[in-house]
Amino acid sequence: MGKITLQSVRKSFGDVHVIPGIDLEINDGEFVVFVGPSGCGKSTLLRLIAGLEDISAGSIAIDGLDATHLPPAKRGLAMVFQSYALYPHMSVRKNIAFPLKMAGMDPAEQERRVTHAANILNLTNYLERRPGQLSGGQRQRVAIGRAIVREPSAFLFDEPLSNLDAALRVSMRQEISELHQSLKTTMIYVTHDQVEAMTMADKIVVLNAGRIEQVGSPLTLYHQPDNVFVAGFIGSPKMNLITGPTAAAHGCHTLGIRPEHLDIRADGIWEGRVGLAEHLGSDTFLKVDAGALGTLTVRATGEVGLRHGDVVRLAPQEGRLHRFDQDGKAIRG
Amino acid sequence: MARAATNRRKTINTILAWSVGLLIFFPILWTILTSFKTEGDAIAYPPKFLFFDWTLENYSIVQERSNYMRYLWNSVIIAGGSTLLGIIIAVPAAWSMAFVPSKRTKDILMWMLSTKMLPAVGVLYPIYLMFIKLGLLDTRLGLVIVLMLINLPIIVWMLYTYFKEIPAEILEAARMDGASLKSELLYVLTPMAIPGIASTILLNIILAWNEAFWTLNLTAAKAGTLTAFIASYSSPEGLFYAKLSAASTMAIAPILILGWFSQKQLVRGLTFGAVK
Repeated sequence: MGKITLQSVRKSFGDVHVIPGIDLEINDGEFVVFVGPSGCGKSTLLRLIAGLEDISAGSIAIDGLDATHLPPAKRGLAMVFQSYALYPHMSVRKNIAFPLKMAGMDPAEQERRVTHAANILNLTNYLERRPGQLSGGQRQRVAIGRAIVREPSAFLFDEPLSNLDAALRVSMRQEISELHQSLKTTMIYVTHDQVEAMTMADKIVVLNAGRIEQVGSPLTLYHQPDNVFVAGFIGSPKMNLITGPTAAAHGCHTLGIRPEHLDIRADGIWEGRVGLAEHLGSDTFLKVDAGALGTLTVRATGEVGLRHGDVVRLAPQEGRLHRFDQDGKAIRG
Repeated sequence: MARAATNRRKTINTILAWSVGLLIFFPILWTILTSFKTEGDAIAYPPKFLFFDWTLENYSIVQERSNYMRYLWNSVIIAGGSTLLGIIIAVPAAWSMAFVPSKRTKDILMWMLSTKMLPAVGVLYPIYLMFIKLGLLDTRLGLVIVLMLINLPIIVWMLYTYFKEIPAEILEAARMDGASLKSELLYVLTPMAIPGIASTILLNIILAWNEAFWTLNLTAAKAGTLTAFIASYSSPEGLFYAKLSAASTMAIAPILILGWFSQKQLVRGLTFGAVK
């Protein structure tokens, strides 16, 4: 079981209100990702759930029981830290067994669980090594191993992949997703990388300045962003946001169109000149200077024969325009 | 070409390092050599480096004339005692400053260090008078207290920098793993802090062992340490270089041997924080 409920949770450091008030429900078995720019309070929120920080007001319940004032050790949660936070003086085996030892578990059962975790994580050959003798990816696996042996009610991940190189990050991302599928345990994952959020999450919580901007499945956030912030944050490259007369003509303050929803067509309604063209092979990203509309990013599939200085006409796809009002809120219908 | 250049540079560096090392070590080497000379050879000009009549006479005379063991024992008790007492006070102090710092922590550290900026002789009279009143003059207890106080700022600083290097996330991980405060201290913090505490103890023993100002001024016959033992050979009635050297050699030998065996710890302790 791993249902976590936050009710008007607030956190202030002195006069600074890092989290002015958050209500959130995390269901058992869900993979929830907290995403947002740095300083948005996502890590603080995770630490509040973990119990590593005291909350200033509100309440946290885990599986229906009030955990607001429980110490971290009593909450039944396991955490994987950004820096891995392995015990440098212990072997991998002892690192993984540490939470079991703290729980006073029978040594034979400890051994069985450590062996099992090492098997899942491909660490069997490294059990006698110290963390200092492992690569970044292996250390991350040890940190995950230390978390899974306890069979916690939920896992908390604090930007666990940010210290790894790009290739390793992709493979660890898959491993964590697979782990979630096999364990079916609640996972809360903090990241500033929207690609990680989109690929791993059942439910994404977009945070900005300590507030929840939107909660929803990855595709909901992509297709129906509630506001300009979410629209700009989710999706890569970023959504084009157009203000001025063109937006007003569509009856809104800001008009949004994703780069992949702009077609290059001879009968396009917008005209512009190609600035920078990034050729990725599978896609081509064009920065088009469209005069009064500003610079528009266009994502064209495959290789297009356009270069710097070419004039193109762009057509937004039907039904793909997003409209936002003065306050940045989405106008629907 | 490039390899030849690096090789040459390596050779030059090696020669330089050895020269500097020998230069620094030379006074100690000369003292040891002189201790094996006759008084005549000791003041001979030009100085005799290795080709003189080697003799152990000085050592036996020094041993006869003064009770080396008593001074040694005083040194051991005073250096060891002041270190032990200092560590008992400094570990909790540095601990709280590193892990639960307050707004004033930096100021307190600075204030502690500032006491080292005053020349020791500036407080000699007050301390001397206090010692007379308290009956601590020429007692081991008195010296243990004074040397502990003298070195306390340095040990607190050293331990503070050590403890600071222990990442807070590891302690949080232990808490998440279900460790109680006791287990956190026992299984995580202490094993990680021990190397730091060990180098601090070592450095403090060396500092206390070699301390001369307070030991000379506050002791006489009873609580005199090896520094007082050396000083007693620079007598006004004549220069006895060879005997003085023998006394010095005997005084520095124990700490030299201790330092030699623990040099790895010591170097790590002295460069900690400076080299990542």
